[in-house]
Amino acid sequence: MNEWVYAVIIIPFVSAAILVVLPGYWLTARLNVLASFLTLIAGLNLMRIEAFSNSYLIIDNLNIVFVVLNTLVGVTTAWYSASYIGHEIETGRITPASVRFYHAMYQAMMGAMNVALLANNIGLLWVGLELATLITVIMVGIYRTPEAIEAAWKYFILGGVGISLAFFGTILTYLAGQQALGEGLPAMSWSLLHANAGKLDVPLLNLAFVFLLIGYGTKVGLAPLHAWLPDAHSEGPTPISAVLSGLLLNVALYALLRYKMLIAANPLALQPGPILVVMGLVSLIFAAFMLYQRRDIKRLFAYSSIEHMGLITFAFGMGGPLANFAGLLHMTMHSLTKSAIFYAVGHVAQAKGTQRIADIRGLSVSHPGLAVALGLGVLAISGLPPFGVFMSEFLILTSTFAREPWLALLTAFGLLLALGALLLRLQGMLFGEPNEPTHTVKASPVPVVVHLILILIAGLYLPGALVTWFQRAAELLG
Amino acid sequence: MNEAYDVSHFLAGLMLVVSFALIYQDRLLAVLRTFAIQAIVLALAVAWQALVQDRPNLFITAGLALGLKGIVIPLALHRMIFRLGIHRDVEQVVGVGLTMLFGLALTALSLMLVLKATASAPAVAREVLAIALAIILLGFLMMITRRNAVTQIIGFMSIENGLILGATGARGMPLVVEISVAFSVLIALFVFAVFVFRIRERFDTVDVEVLERVRGDRT
Repeated sequence: MNEWVYAVIIIPFVSAAILVVLPGYWLTARLNVLASFLTLIAGLNLMRIEAFSNSYLIIDNLNIVFVVLNTLVGVTTAWYSASYIGHEIETGRITPASVRFYHAMYQAMMGAMNVALLANNIGLLWVGLELATLITVIMVGIYRTPEAIEAAWKYFILGGVGISLAFFGTILTYLAGQQALGEGLPAMSWSLLHANAGKLDVPLLNLAFVFLLIGYGTKVGLAPLHAWLPDAHSEGPTPISAVLSGLLLNVALYALLRYKMLIAANPLALQPGPILVVMGLVSLIFAAFMLYQRRDIKRLFAYSSIEHMGLITFAFGMGGPLANFAGLLHMTMHSLTKSAIFYAVGHVAQAKGTQRIADIRGLSVSHPGLAVALGLGVLAISGLPPFGVFMSEFLILTSTFAREPWLALLTAFGLLLALGALLLRLQGMLFGEPNEPTHTVKASPVPVVVHLILILIAGLYLPGALVTWFQRAAELLG
Repeated sequence: MNEAYDVSHFLAGLMLVVSFALIYQDRLLAVLRTFAIQAIVLALAVAWQALVQDRPNLFITAGLALGLKGIVIPLALHRMIFRLGIHRDVEQVVGVGLTMLFGLALTALSLMLVLKATASAPAVAREVLAIALAIILLGFLMMITRRNAVTQIIGFMSIENGLILGATGARGMPLVVEISVAFSVLIALFVFAVFVFRIRERFDTVDVEVLERVRGDRT
């Protein structure tokens, strides 16, 4: 049954190779959706496979959740990007030549992320994440405006620094396992390292975790390592902002979680939980304050992503079955909601011809459909019922309150701050007199509607199968 | 075994010295030549490890370091520097003395950190690793103190040199990783090259500070 595992990786890379030689926007955009859809089917089939691992790949309850989420958002973003990029070609912001690369790179990026998610070899995990990062760097700079180049440059330099530190941490992890597992591949295989965690060299493991935390933490966008994130989100094409927020941050967090499981399995090594709790909480509160000063709509939601990644890291740092379950649920809800918001924001920016919040007014009059999508998305991400984000935030807060009431208070404070900022900005954009200029936008409503329905269902009723699925993943996280 | 230890220690130390040289060079062409020397020393160090550890596939990594980073990339950047007409440029943001002091402090830090944490690891691995970390940190220092896109590229590649040194010092680390590192350097070059050309296109300069002034009122 292992064919599906390889299919998840091979389909995107083969499609990338095909898309790069095909001309024409119409055809490549549709093939892009088709390829993403096939990957989703392969990803869903992973759920039927029993857990297994070899020297390079691993399947367990944890990474199946990530793969399915990754491939699902991959499909809707490909769908969305077809209409978004169509508009960008009409307005001349993107040349047809770069569109061809855009679709090929989109598939290559999805493939690289799937490699990272399925990797059992810690070197392969690093390669997947690095490849995905480099591809997004190119995509962020695709508009070639001075701002886009600056953002891509900053992203590259900071991402490069993070990647190098993570690689150094990978070498140290290998050395920590080398004495117990011998030279060669076994000491780089995550499942073997995890099974023999008690025999690993403790000082080396501690040092390795510090490097990995800073390295992969940069990619997760944890404060104070987040500086690249707002620029990269605001200057690239909006579909890329959606995958950055919805997927790439998750993949980096997944890498961090794998190492957290490794180090937590060794009782003598340092405790990763409190470190993650502090970093998560700092990111949450810092980003919540920063939300008030944003003037660019995409930067606003980029900071909101920092806030939510902080909350998710906080939940995983607390640990335990309930907090881990809440963390996984919140990660899923955040990915779906945030990408839905970016879908709406992309079309809003096209309709108004600007990303300045002050220049976007009265959307409810001029573009009712977009206003409803944006409004519902923002209400959902602020954690208001009846959407799924409310449920996961509620779970995180209650499980924390039972154990550390003070931490729960701080978390609630950060969440309320963010709620205020987002509602304040939303009101200004939706209501009031519509201002000029307004353009008509041909947008496909399907991606936003699919995501909003999913988070609405999750908020009202979580199917039992989903709950057991997440519970099993949460148990693995320890 | 003693000889193996001495030579690998010597070559790693030589790379560290070259890293310091990279920090105080203020002319672009000199920086480029110094980087080429570092890459060649890296190639020697990797080749020596291949010999000592009896792992012939490490020679591939050594060959890549020599061919790509010792010859091809410096030549390409050399041509680019002349084409852009910036070969006489001098740049230094912080004073040489201060930067060197910082560099010394970073080296001391990495030696103390790694030697303390790796007490049970084999001697060659731990010392090479300590020096590799020092080279990486010096690379960061170089990227921070420089304002020119080309010198930032070189700083980044010297970080990669340190990483490869560390990876080959760890006995028996599988080839998968070395290939991937070489691969990533290629991609890094591609990305960087694209940027340098685009930066030139847009601003008629490769000074990164100009990029930062573009920010305007976006917050």
